[in-house]
Amino acid sequence: MHAIVQPSTKPLTSNPSTTIRSALQEPLWLKITLIAIALGFIFLFLCLPLLIVLFHAFAKGVGAYWEAILQPDTLAAIKLTLLTALVTVPANTLFGIAAAWAITRFEFRGKSLLTTLIDLPFSVSPVISGVIFVLLFGMQGYFGEWLRDHDIKIVFAIPGIILATLFVTFPFVARQLIPLMQEMGNEEEEAALSLGASSWKMFFKVTLPNIKWALLYGVLLCNARAMGEFGAVSVVSGHIRGLTNTLPLHVEVSYNDYQTVGAFASASILAGLAVVTLVLKTLLEWKQGNR
Amino acid sequence: MSQSQIMPGFRPALGFTLVYLSLIVLIPLSTLVFKSFQLSWDDYLRIIGSKRVLASFRVSFGSALIAAAIASVFGVIVAWVMVRYSFFGRKFFDAIIDLPFALPTAVAGIVLATIFQPTGVLGKFLLDTFGIQVAFKPLGIVIALIFISIPFVVRTLEPVLLEFDTTMEEAAASMGASRWQIFTKVIFPNIFPALLTAFALSFSRSVGEYGSVIFIAGNLPFVSEIVPLLIVTKLEQYEIEGATAIALTMLLISFLFLFLINLLQLWTHKRSGQL
Repeated sequence: MHAIVQPSTKPLTSNPSTTIRSALQEPLWLKITLIAIALGFIFLFLCLPLLIVLFHAFAKGVGAYWEAILQPDTLAAIKLTLLTALVTVPANTLFGIAAAWAITRFEFRGKSLLTTLIDLPFSVSPVISGVIFVLLFGMQGYFGEWLRDHDIKIVFAIPGIILATLFVTFPFVARQLIPLMQEMGNEEEEAALSLGASSWKMFFKVTLPNIKWALLYGVLLCNARAMGEFGAVSVVSGHIRGLTNTLPLHVEVSYNDYQTVGAFASASILAGLAVVTLVLKTLLEWKQGNR
Repeated sequence: MSQSQIMPGFRPALGFTLVYLSLIVLIPLSTLVFKSFQLSWDDYLRIIGSKRVLASFRVSFGSALIAAAIASVFGVIVAWVMVRYSFFGRKFFDAIIDLPFALPTAVAGIVLATIFQPTGVLGKFLLDTFGIQVAFKPLGIVIALIFISIPFVVRTLEPVLLEFDTTMEEAAASMGASRWQIFTKVIFPNIFPALLTAFALSFSRSVGEYGSVIFIAGNLPFVSEIVPLLIVTKLEQYEIEGATAIALTMLLISFLFLFLINLLQLWTHKRSGQL
């Protein structure tokens, strides 16, 4: 009897450790299935679109690709996109630094409300971000008649495009800096001041070196959105070829005209911008040491 | 904070912040509210209650809900795989998840339309094998919204899974729980608040999305016309009142969601703070 009981209890005593181990990890087949589902999903939704852009951009050869890019309308769109980014990114960067400085270095009433208001543009539909500027400066808008009488064009012109882009990219830099500077505290800055550094010297020698990676991260995301914004800009632009078409709008117009190579050639520039943004973003995340 | 007395630049920094915020965000946004005050309550209800507007809200909200749900399911799997497993190319795949954040929506729009149109790579396959047409149907809207929702879900879940205390799993395992029980009773309840946040984030982004949707949607009134497109259409037809009323409604819904998401995030932090 004893001899029979022994072997049957033996597996029982060794079982718990294996059941615990199996309860802490998925079986191999499940792991492989989950990885396959995840990678299949990523491939279909993220990798395939990038490949399709390149495929259609070069569908009629490298010559047709360059011809599409060197078209005056495409070049004008590239120029306008660069101009928009050149104005909006520095402006919102300056704002981001000022807002983060005020919010993280001082106590004042309404601070949390201010922080919420800064994030507001992120929760507004891009289309609405354009509509509000039409309501202000369009023909039937509040300043419409006055602007017409003084021969100033904002909507359906470059100033409108810049305003709408300023709105949609508004929170990017501030949003990166505020949590970081909050966490940093101001001991180092106080030390610099008490050692006799001027305000600007303290900012450039102490604050800026500490926030530079987060700042670059914010600028990078801000720039990507500024160059790629479609909805808001589409509402205020008026789609005038060679004049008020940014590169994303040029993509739309070419696509709707069945100029597939032209649309995808322009799209390839924007996709390239997105890929460069992702690479730099990953590098900056690695530099910042988070994630 | 008495020490901050010596910190320089309070007045210029706050002054510039407030002026810039007012000029770029607050004043433009408030025009929408003021402009709607010109409408009578009856006019507002007539516009919002019209069949075409109601249909567009149904399309927008319906497809955003379905897309957020599908993105949540796949997002959990992707986040889980990225955090828990190691495999060749993991870093590459993890980095590319942010593509929808970085890729301009117009590009996403024409690419998805090209892939899923009846002659496209996947569109032809789906039509020939299953008889499903994706592009120019409401299903196309869902596909585009899944695309833009992916990073919201994955990036909300990853940090929560990363910080998840595995000793809880060990405790459950030592008490004899199976892997499935541990997942459903220990892991899932703990990531649930984050999942709900992710769902709300992708839903609220999806409802307002324009660029990636309009190329693939077909934009048929009553069937596949989304709210943002209807606003643009009304504006182009100089129906400023209609555009204003619909835009204000959308804006209020967005703010409601912003508030809800803040509550959810508070809950998530409380939840993970207790661990």
